[in-house]
Amino acid sequence: MTHDVFMTGFGGQGVLMIGNLLAYAGILEGKNVSYYPSYGVEKRGGAANCMVMVSDAEIGSPVIGAPSAGIILNQASYDLNIARFKPGAFCLLNSSLIDEGALKRDDLATVRLPLNEMALELGDARLLNMIAVGCYAASCQSVSLDALKGALKKVLPERNHRFIPLNIQAIDLGAAQINKG
Amino acid sequence: MKTVFSRPASLKDVATHFCPGCQHGLIHRLVADAMDHFGVQQQTIGVASVGCSVFLYEYFDIDVVEAPHGRAPAVATGVKRARPESCVFTYQGDGDLAAIGTSEIIHAANRGENFTALFVNNTTYGMTGGQMAPTTLPGQRSLTSPEGRDVALDGYPMRMAEVIAALDGTAYSVRVAVNSPKNILAAGKAIKKAFEYQLENKGFAFVEVLSSCPTNWGMDALAANERVETEMIPYFNLGTFKERS
Amino acid sequence: MSERQLVAGNIAVAMGALAAGCRHYFGYPITPQSDIPAYMSAELRKLGGTFIQAESEIASINMLLGASACGFRAMTSSSSPGISLKQEGISYMAGSELPGLIVNICRSGPGLGGIDASQADYFQSVKTGGHGGYRTIVVAPASVQEMYDLTILSFDLSDRYRMPALLLADSLVGQMKEALELKPYTLPSDLPAKEWAVTGKLWRSDQRIVKSLYLGEGELEQHNWKLWRRAEELKEKEQRSEGKYLDDAKLIVTGFGSAARIAKTAVEMAREAGMQVGFLRPITLFPFPEKAFAEATVSCKQLLCVELSTGQMVEDVRLSVARDAEVAFYGRPPGTGSLPTPEELFAQIQKHYGKGA
Ligand SMILES: Cc1ncc(C[n+]2csc(CCOP(=O)(O)OP(=O)(O)O)c2C)c(N)n1
Ligand code: SF4
Repeated sequence: MTHDVFMTGFGGQGVLMIGNLLAYAGILEGKNVSYYPSYGVEKRGGAANCMVMVSDAEIGSPVIGAPSAGIILNQASYDLNIARFKPGAFCLLNSSLIDEGALKRDDLATVRLPLNEMALELGDARLLNMIAVGCYAASCQSVSLDALKGALKKVLPERNHRFIPLNIQAIDLGAAQINKG
Repeated sequence: MKTVFSRPASLKDVATHFCPGCQHGLIHRLVADAMDHFGVQQQTIGVASVGCSVFLYEYFDIDVVEAPHGRAPAVATGVKRARPESCVFTYQGDGDLAAIGTSEIIHAANRGENFTALFVNNTTYGMTGGQMAPTTLPGQRSLTSPEGRDVALDGYPMRMAEVIAALDGTAYSVRVAVNSPKNILAAGKAIKKAFEYQLENKGFAFVEVLSSCPTNWGMDALAANERVETEMIPYFNLGTFKERS
Repeated sequence: MSERQLVAGNIAVAMGALAAGCRHYFGYPITPQSDIPAYMSAELRKLGGTFIQAESEIASINMLLGASACGFRAMTSSSSPGISLKQEGISYMAGSELPGLIVNICRSGPGLGGIDASQADYFQSVKTGGHGGYRTIVVAPASVQEMYDLTILSFDLSDRYRMPALLLADSLVGQMKEALELKPYTLPSDLPAKEWAVTGKLWRSDQRIVKSLYLGEGELEQHNWKLWRRAEELKEKEQRSEGKYLDDAKLIVTGFGSAARIAKTAVEMAREAGMQVGFLRPITLFPFPEKAFAEATVSCKQLLCVELSTGQMVEDVRLSVARDAEVAFYGRPPGTGSLPTPEELFAQIQKHYGKGA
């Protein structure tokens, strides 16, 4: 089984960070993984996208036209990408910044969370990406939450390891949104 | 009794291909003398360039790498960095060093690469038959400046020893000639010094040697030698332009 | 087995080079390969090796020539326009029988082009972009693990056959991260000693001369035939490719590097749809895996070649297949950000499947 997820937002929202985290979690579980980043014109502030694959089998293409899961963190990324997803795809939308409007799709398994507010409530606006990836993992189960948390040590720079407990809290908060049903 | 004229051990006992009266042979000899003087023949790697001196390995009894046209200072950088214990020198003509290879010589000097660079300035492209070089003098006729070098169109002769001296990475830069016994003696000293700089790890050492090309100047050996004195030295002043202690 | 790490392809090249004992790197900045010099500058400093950011690609290839002439494993990396500037030096290295690794993280062109993943340097790499008629080893990794493994292989082959090796990849494989397993490396014990390397004569009475100039009567002709024989031996012994589902294939999809990665998923889609589609990917571009193509087309007479260009490798595919096989082509020369998708390639498979001879 191959899980693919397309993550998109603007630079600074930590999209690439959670892409790396998810890929590393896959490695910890002995799976094959690929992580493919693509930036907008500017590295900071512009669009930041990545595609992550986690699989028991060999991974072919690291990019796919119609993803079967998505994390979309801002309006511009939503407008640009929402039409791409496969029918039935899991899609987490950051409702703090996204107005679905006319592009709204009824054929997706959409989860809407006010990620900006939730992160602020946890005490740090930057935790928004961790809440998102926790929610995604709980729903799609491409990797376990334990693996995700274990991967924090691998992808966070040493100097930020003191924030690991807070990040774990954020992952759990995201997962709880799914598990509470 | 002191032997005044014996063949340096670093030089092979073969006839050279240089034209009669060409001073490349003499300059080769001075370089070989320097290697002998410091006893470094067996440690030396020469880097040949493309020009009349391309057959370096036929004359020097040392290991040699041949570089593409103009690139000897880059090749020598690779050699010296890979084998810092070796003694490394480059030997280039004026087309090679001051036209196609300007970038490589400037940057090797600027990095202070610890090798010895020999630059033979004969105001022409010898090997290709006497075209205008970056060092061709104003008014000098050549295959590609039939009316004489016109500075308005062709620019000015480049004084490389001064250019190289201006770079902070350069430890030693000097211009010498080999047109008289006195000048030959001074040239020999300068070349030895340039090797000494390298052996003492003092950094980039550059010796510009004014040389004759009777063939492409359309002169006999004596007249060519005279031209070095009367036309070249007044433009390319002899002297030491940098000497870091 | 060592622990698997999440590593980007470009970094895997640098790690592979260090594992292979390369301690001399020369380069000049250009996107999208800048991670390689960044990594090398930090690591070589620690290891006491040489890192030089040269004044140009011309200088860096010649520094590589110099270090290689001394008998050391050395490399340079660049991207297409920079590789163009290195061609003179590559020809000199080939003529001087020098090993060495040249990495091309290919970007789109011609001219300044763009930084998107491209495969348009196939001709330049495989048919050689420099003058004089020579050959270089060319490998085309399609995964992060292969970026590492083929870097090491390049050094080994390059030393064994005394010719420069090119690693041809692009930003897809270069920037993608995957799990990398660091396999321990030992120098093959049968690699010939570098008895040609300049060292200074030291104890020797004979000179060592690294050169490409042969002016004696008939000398250069002999030299050319010698280089040719080595290339022929390389062709005989070192063809490498990856095949999947070839036994019952009615259509074989082929491509190299990143295009092959994308095509592989399209082939899986076709299999799931019950179509008998096979996959054949050259790993070495020179030597081209002619034997694998000849073998595969004894029974399968239809191929589809996919490239991120207007079609270059397809010419070698057509030369290698059985005479009655048909080779269709689908090309996507890069435009900003638009890689072909597996779905798009699957549509191409559907278009050609069952339509052949
Ligand atoms: C790339 C390239 N361009 C041109 C040439 C032809 N070429 C050979 S030697 C030479 C110039 C030699 O002149 P110089 O450097 O002044 O040395 P000299 O022969 O006077 O000693 C040229 C242009 C070449 N070999 N390679
Ligand atoms: S052409 Fe000029 S530089 Fe060359 S060998 Fe003859 S005299 Fe010397």
